[in-house]
Amino acid sequence: MTNRFLALLAKSREDNSPIMVDGGMGTMLFAAGLMFGDPPEMWNALPDKQDKVRAVYRGYLEAGSQIILTNTFGGTPFRLKMHNLQDRTYELNKLGVELARDEAAKFGPERVVAGSIGPSGELFEPMGKLTYESAVDGFARQAEGIAAGGADVFWVETMSDLMEVQAAVAGARKAAPHLPIVATMTFDTKGFTMMGVSPTQAVNELAKLDLAAIGANCGNGPDELEATIYAMHQVDPNVVLVAKGNAGMPTLVDGRAVYNATPEHMLEHARRFRAFGATIIGACCGSSPAHIKAMTTALRTMPPLDPSTLQLTAPLAERKSMSEDKRARRERRG
Amino acid sequence: MDFSDLPDDELWLQMQDDLYDGMKEEVAAETNEALKRGYGPTEVLEKGLVAGMDVVGVDFRDGVLFVPEVLMAANSMKAGMEILRPLLTETGAPRVGKVVIGTVKGDIHDIGKNLVAMMLEGAGFEVINLGVNVDADKFLAAIKEHKPDIIGMSALLTTTMPYMKVVNQMLIDERMREEVYVMVGGAPVSETFAMAVGADAYGRDAATSVDIAKAYMDNVRKQDKIDKAAAVNQ
Repeated sequence: MTNRFLALLAKSREDNSPIMVDGGMGTMLFAAGLMFGDPPEMWNALPDKQDKVRAVYRGYLEAGSQIILTNTFGGTPFRLKMHNLQDRTYELNKLGVELARDEAAKFGPERVVAGSIGPSGELFEPMGKLTYESAVDGFARQAEGIAAGGADVFWVETMSDLMEVQAAVAGARKAAPHLPIVATMTFDTKGFTMMGVSPTQAVNELAKLDLAAIGANCGNGPDELEATIYAMHQVDPNVVLVAKGNAGMPTLVDGRAVYNATPEHMLEHARRFRAFGATIIGACCGSSPAHIKAMTTALRTMPPLDPSTLQLTAPLAERKSMSEDKRARRERRG
Repeated sequence: MDFSDLPDDELWLQMQDDLYDGMKEEVAAETNEALKRGYGPTEVLEKGLVAGMDVVGVDFRDGVLFVPEVLMAANSMKAGMEILRPLLTETGAPRVGKVVIGTVKGDIHDIGKNLVAMMLEGAGFEVINLGVNVDADKFLAAIKEHKPDIIGMSALLTTTMPYMKVVNQMLIDERMREEVYVMVGGAPVSETFAMAVGADAYGRDAATSVDIAKAYMDNVRKQDKIDKAAAVNQ
């Protein structure tokens, strides 16, 4: 059997069509009653909560998502340890994927289940305590559960450190060498990741990892994401890019934080992401099936935008250099 | 590591550069060298460590440096501070200000919050770091115990961001809101959001947060002077 995700990519290449992925999971689960502080992954194992996880999957499948991401974002042993659940890493990840597989199958044989792998939340030595080897082992434990649950692809996301992407990819390969891997980073610090990786650098470095697709997710809303996608596309127009950004920025409404981009906003941005070079398009925090539905409809029914007529509204990431006197002193020291 | 052949003014520059580059052992050695030359701990702190962290702060704010470099710099600052702290306590040096900081209830993200804490320490603040998942009662207890000038709250999740307002409301209910300056921050937090939860200021990034905290303390000191002058005139 061919891999569902690779088949989807091949078809997209053939007819030059965008691929729809899903929107936010965490914010949907919180809306469904998950209390803050509780690990979303635990819901994969609670009989009275599994339906709510399924409902999110179903909502996105109905809205047109050809790929759904599993409720396993915080499923590394590093994150689960904060809830004393590290010994259930394999089980919670496997269950999260199985629920998704089951829902996806109801929408036909082609829908793709992508096993979400989020950051460990820890810093590498010497800044923090994490070693590369322990990171690989931790990601591998999560990936074993994801593979056992029947995922079609590993989806490493919201990363800010290149070394952590490398560790996650190595861990995933260790667990299931045959599965394709997608990796996206979060460029939320003046166009760079928190750890200072630029979109250009990300494309160049991630190219060495033999990934099926790369891209950007989360971040500071669609305007900045457009600039990121544009920059990535300039480095290599052949690389398959993922654009999966937050639905704007949160504002406080009646004591709740609500993201300010409506489905109508995101619809327009979906067309722009496509024009700037993205192939796999969806959304992240604050989005709902309504956003994905609007974006899907726009991409399927409206004419493509001509990139030469579009302008970026956010600046491109530009690495500032050290001041002259600083450099001089450094050189003097040798 | 021998810095004895450097003239004093170059020693300060060297110290600042080494701190900028995150060279912990060098910064510790230079701190000792400056003390050996007879400089007081306050002067070593100001001319070496704080001056060095100032440059780090500016370059972080401007996008020259990112989290890894700042954490390394903060670690070397710490190495110098460990030498100076007992001496500063001995001499009863005036303090810059005191901050209680924490990530709010339900939220376990601490990289950004720790960065702010380190940069504040780098600027000479005394920082009480309550860690992650801090509820309103814990903030309140810490305020009563430590009597800080400023409290800092961080959140990375939209579900936990509104909790900043809960803490703020509790301070009002407990009649302690006037006692502290409330600052908030975190990736999804914005100026508008900060004002909506009732904060006094929004720390867009660690360097900006330090600038705001310093400006607030300057105002407090100015106001103290005015109050004292008024009291004398009465």
